[in-house]
Amino acid sequence: MNPQIDKMTPGSYIPTDYLPVLIFMMIAVAFGAGTLLVGSLFRLRRPYKEKLTPYESGNPPVGEPRYRFSIKFYIIAMLFVIFDVEAVFLYPWAVVYNKIGLYALIEMMLFIVILLVGYAYAWKKEAFKWD
Amino acid sequence: MNIPFPDLRPVTPEIIMTLSATALLILELIFKNKGVLAFIGILAAAAVMYIMPASMGETFGGMFISDSYSIFFKFIFIINLILTILISLRYIQRQKAEYGEYYSLLLFATAGMMLMASAKDLIILYLGLELMALSTYILAGIKRHDVKSNEAAIKYFLLGGFSSALLLYGISLLYGMTTTTDIYKIAEHLKATGVTTTLLLSMILIAVAFLFKIAAAPFHMWAPDVYEGAPTSITAFMSVGPKAAGFAVIGRVFYTAFQNIQTDWTTILIGIAILTMAVGNILAIVQTNIKRMLAYSSIAHAGYILLGIIAGTTEGLNAMMTYLFIYAFMNIGAFAIVIILDRGEELSDYEGLAKNRPLVAALMLVFMFSLTGIPPTAGFIAKFNLFTAVIKAGYTWLVIIAVMFSAISAYYYLRVVMNMYMKEMKQEAAIHLSPSLSLAILITVLMVLIIGIMPSMVIG
Amino acid sequence: MDKYLLIPLLPLIAFTINIVFGKGIIKEKAHWVSILAVLGSFVISASTFTEVLNGKIINYDVYNWIVSGNFRVTIGFLIDQLTAIMLIVVTSVSLLVHIYSVGYMHGDKGYYRFFAYLSLFTFSMLMLVMGNNLLQLYFGWEAVGLCSYFLIGFWYEKKSAADAGKKAFIVNRFGDFGFGLGVIMIFLMLGTVHYSDIFSKVGTLTGQTINILGYNVDLITLIALLLFCGAVGKSAQIPLHVWLPDAMEGPTPVSALIHAATMVTAGVFMVARFNPLFSLSEVAMNVVALTGAITSLFAATIALVQNDIKRIVAYSTVSQLGYMFLACGVGAYGAGIFHLYTHAYFKALLFLGAGSVMHAMAGELDVQKMGGLKKHMPITYITFLIASLSIAGIPGLAGFFSKDEILWLAYNHGMVGKIVWAMGTVVAALTAFYSFRIIFLAFHGKFRGTHEQEHHLHESPKVMTIPLIILAIGAISAGWFGIPAALGGSNAIAHFFEPVLGHPHVTAGHEEEFMVMGISIAAAIGGIFISWIFYSLKPEMPKNLAKKFKRIYITLWNKYYVDELYDFIIVRPMKWLANSILVAVTDGKIIEGIVNGVPQAIRNFSERLRKLQTGQLQHYGLGMALGLFVILALVLIAAGR
Repeated sequence: MNPQIDKMTPGSYIPTDYLPVLIFMMIAVAFGAGTLLVGSLFRLRRPYKEKLTPYESGNPPVGEPRYRFSIKFYIIAMLFVIFDVEAVFLYPWAVVYNKIGLYALIEMMLFIVILLVGYAYAWKKEAFKWD
Repeated sequence: MNIPFPDLRPVTPEIIMTLSATALLILELIFKNKGVLAFIGILAAAAVMYIMPASMGETFGGMFISDSYSIFFKFIFIINLILTILISLRYIQRQKAEYGEYYSLLLFATAGMMLMASAKDLIILYLGLELMALSTYILAGIKRHDVKSNEAAIKYFLLGGFSSALLLYGISLLYGMTTTTDIYKIAEHLKATGVTTTLLLSMILIAVAFLFKIAAAPFHMWAPDVYEGAPTSITAFMSVGPKAAGFAVIGRVFYTAFQNIQTDWTTILIGIAILTMAVGNILAIVQTNIKRMLAYSSIAHAGYILLGIIAGTTEGLNAMMTYLFIYAFMNIGAFAIVIILDRGEELSDYEGLAKNRPLVAALMLVFMFSLTGIPPTAGFIAKFNLFTAVIKAGYTWLVIIAVMFSAISAYYYLRVVMNMYMKEMKQEAAIHLSPSLSLAILITVLMVLIIGIMPSMVIG
Repeated sequence: MDKYLLIPLLPLIAFTINIVFGKGIIKEKAHWVSILAVLGSFVISASTFTEVLNGKIINYDVYNWIVSGNFRVTIGFLIDQLTAIMLIVVTSVSLLVHIYSVGYMHGDKGYYRFFAYLSLFTFSMLMLVMGNNLLQLYFGWEAVGLCSYFLIGFWYEKKSAADAGKKAFIVNRFGDFGFGLGVIMIFLMLGTVHYSDIFSKVGTLTGQTINILGYNVDLITLIALLLFCGAVGKSAQIPLHVWLPDAMEGPTPVSALIHAATMVTAGVFMVARFNPLFSLSEVAMNVVALTGAITSLFAATIALVQNDIKRIVAYSTVSQLGYMFLACGVGAYGAGIFHLYTHAYFKALLFLGAGSVMHAMAGELDVQKMGGLKKHMPITYITFLIASLSIAGIPGLAGFFSKDEILWLAYNHGMVGKIVWAMGTVVAALTAFYSFRIIFLAFHGKFRGTHEQEHHLHESPKVMTIPLIILAIGAISAGWFGIPAALGGSNAIAHFFEPVLGHPHVTAGHEEEFMVMGISIAAAIGGIFISWIFYSLKPEMPKNLAKKFKRIYITLWNKYYVDELYDFIIVRPMKWLANSILVAVTDGKIIEGIVNGVPQAIRNFSERLRKLQTGQLQHYGLGMALGLFVILALVLIAAGR
């Protein structure tokens, strides 16, 4: 925790450290908007039918653009996120492991066991099978 | 900096609840007969109930507290859980929604509520709230092949997400002002700084999130649709558990963290309470579906219960807790009757019920009387107790309004009774009776009558 | 469990058993359950009575229901001299009526239901008289009203019966509204609802006033009059007497039990119970006395010309209830309760006798179509005659002693007392007249009904006549406890009541007492004599008189047009309001107008409000956001101020 913050009276704190970030964001937004604005001011406008069709890498579009993906994609994606986060959590734990010792070890084991239960559940429910 | 090993005794109930929920998830893979899972769930709940009184104390560096306040609420949650499991057993079979996850999710939701009641830190509170909310979203949509059930779940989920966002916004503002998420430390900080606009903003944001959970107007709109679409057993569960949990956190956060702006939030809550009673009672009148009617009725009851918070006294809080305790029995009882009937979701299904199912009709009569607040049922005691506490706190005019709305409520509750006793029967009502359902109804009706006749059991 | 608790509990148990098992299992044996229960109550009441006679006063809380600060809702019993005598009256008459009903209701399809309601009524009445606090009295008060409503409308297929039930219910609401206010006032002013606390604290209210619309009203008078409102409704006094004669649509045993002996006397009981309060306000006392006297005279005159046998007896009841209030109003509470007690027997007997006649006449009620029943039903005749002699006040019978006591004490009560005494004496003559009018028209002379009816005339079965005989014994001997000192008696009952009800101090001597007694005896005998001339000696005389005083006759025949008056000043304006304001909502009936009108307005509003609930998720989200912003804006505006 930043020791400076504690000394200030709560409520009056203005996060000056983040000012560059704010400026950066404003420049980014201004750049994007400005480019589009300038482009639309100077470009030629000659629309015809082929030009207005969606760009599909040069192929003429076939069928509805709205397409129902198989729910399997989502399941896989969710499982990926879950186990990805698990791995991410392990890094900070490993870094400070020496300092917090046994307690953190047990905590982390619990965390992994819970995920394992989820893993077994997903497996048995055939979430990993494609068809 | 070696972190000391935390004292686990205060959290044992939550640990057991979570472990059982997880275990159910695994066992679901093994057992074909889902009734076994229900039984295990009840056993777990009973075990939690048994050890709960011994779990007093603080732990995890003061983020978690188990005091008499939270334990009382946990009792309500456990009772809610047990009764819900009892009324679910056959019902979800009939609804073709018999998944093992059903029971697991019920336990998870209850664990979330318990965490909420015990949270001494806003982060824990948020975690508990999300655990409860996510589980109930799924439960609301557990009838996977029913469009209405799906709709209920997605509505509840999206609006719930909205309210969670508001809550987080409020918490982050509060953290920004006080550099802590500990509810008691926040109170100390705020005493030193005094009232600022930011504080009011954060209080309102947090209030709105909680009011959403208890379905207070104007944040109630999800309730009728969700209650109607969800399986009836889950409607019963939702109308008691999350509501009680919402009141638990309102009581805790507003009485401690926002102590120094009590006048401000009291004013807001008075407006909300009146609006809630008005919307709930007036809209309940035109409903033709009994689940929707009970949804509006539960909105109206949230309005009454808010009065206990408004009172601002210990007596008011106690009255609020008693009310929730009694409400759990009478409301689940009424839903149990809806479940027992083969076709019992429309008001017209109750016409002439007294002639062909006199016992079922008589039980429904007891629950309707209790919800109206007619002595000698528990509902009367609940209202009486609450209103006296509020009058003692000096809000006589508010009680007069509440009594007026209560009188309006008689119209729609007694309409069910009138349908049962005074209308001609259209067709024979088939019922689905099972031992567990009968047990649930027996427990609820006995509690409603016993508390009504011997109120000293729960008051004082 | 102590035995006092059993007194009301037994009938309650009987009610529960009959209502649960009556339809399927017990059926036509339902009477056994109820009769045994009431018999049990009667036996315990009798033993309790002897305890009270030996000076024991029972006052305790059985069960604390809600205790919240100084507001205590409890079930408790106070059994003192007043309650003890009420217990005897209620359980004994109830027992006899139960037995009588076995014969009277035989074969009715609602047989078990009838006995269940009778038991429920007995329970409620016992709770009413035994309570040691106002709320229990109020509970019993409403409960007996509800039972009476059920029983008047017992034959609900009959429209007139259903209407009479409704009428009784609604008219009583007017009185009960005042009564309820009185109860609330007592709690607000004294902070308690228990009799013992009320009576010990009521003195502190003396001289206090309360401002109502700019007038300073004496607090005690106000409370007393509010309570009296309830008594006026329940005991059918002017101006709320209209429901009682209509209540005769119910089965006759019900009329005997509820509308003669017990429920309607609850008002008198209440006034007597609250005598420490009433006695503090002279205005209230005079109102009670005059209301009683006027009602008494008014009802007696109506009874003179009616032809429906039950209605005559009903007006007679209203008149006698007026007598009891007259007594209370002059401070003679003991005499009032004494009359209540004797009246219960002879009036129940009159009703049951009338029922017996109806039984024989296949439901015929018109006395003009009867006649000569004496030889067909001797037991009914003799018992009816005894009851009539008793109510007329012939010396030696019960009615004489109680009526005489009232008149004598009224005579000794100053100006107001003299006025009401004079009215009471006139009523005594009228009472004798109309009572014997029934005797001469129905039992003497020739039969005037159809041949078919004559053929069927028979004495009622034993199960009906035995209660008549027992009641006749009561109608003769019930008064012997109150033989005044002037006649060599000890007036035991006055001394018995003295600890609770007090006894007015009388200075006048025996000579005056003999004079008052003589006048009332003369009035009674005169009434009977004129009745004999009119209806036995010269039957054409009443018709000539009716022709000569046509206007008076028609006024009396139409009961002073009170029903019509109410129709004109209350019912019609209400109907008009209902019709013109809530058009199309009501079908023109006042009750439906009120019951449906207000909810309908709310419903319409509700229908409109309902449109906000669109089912569209985005609208809900918008609603939440709007709610948030409105709260925010309001709070910030308030904070900025």
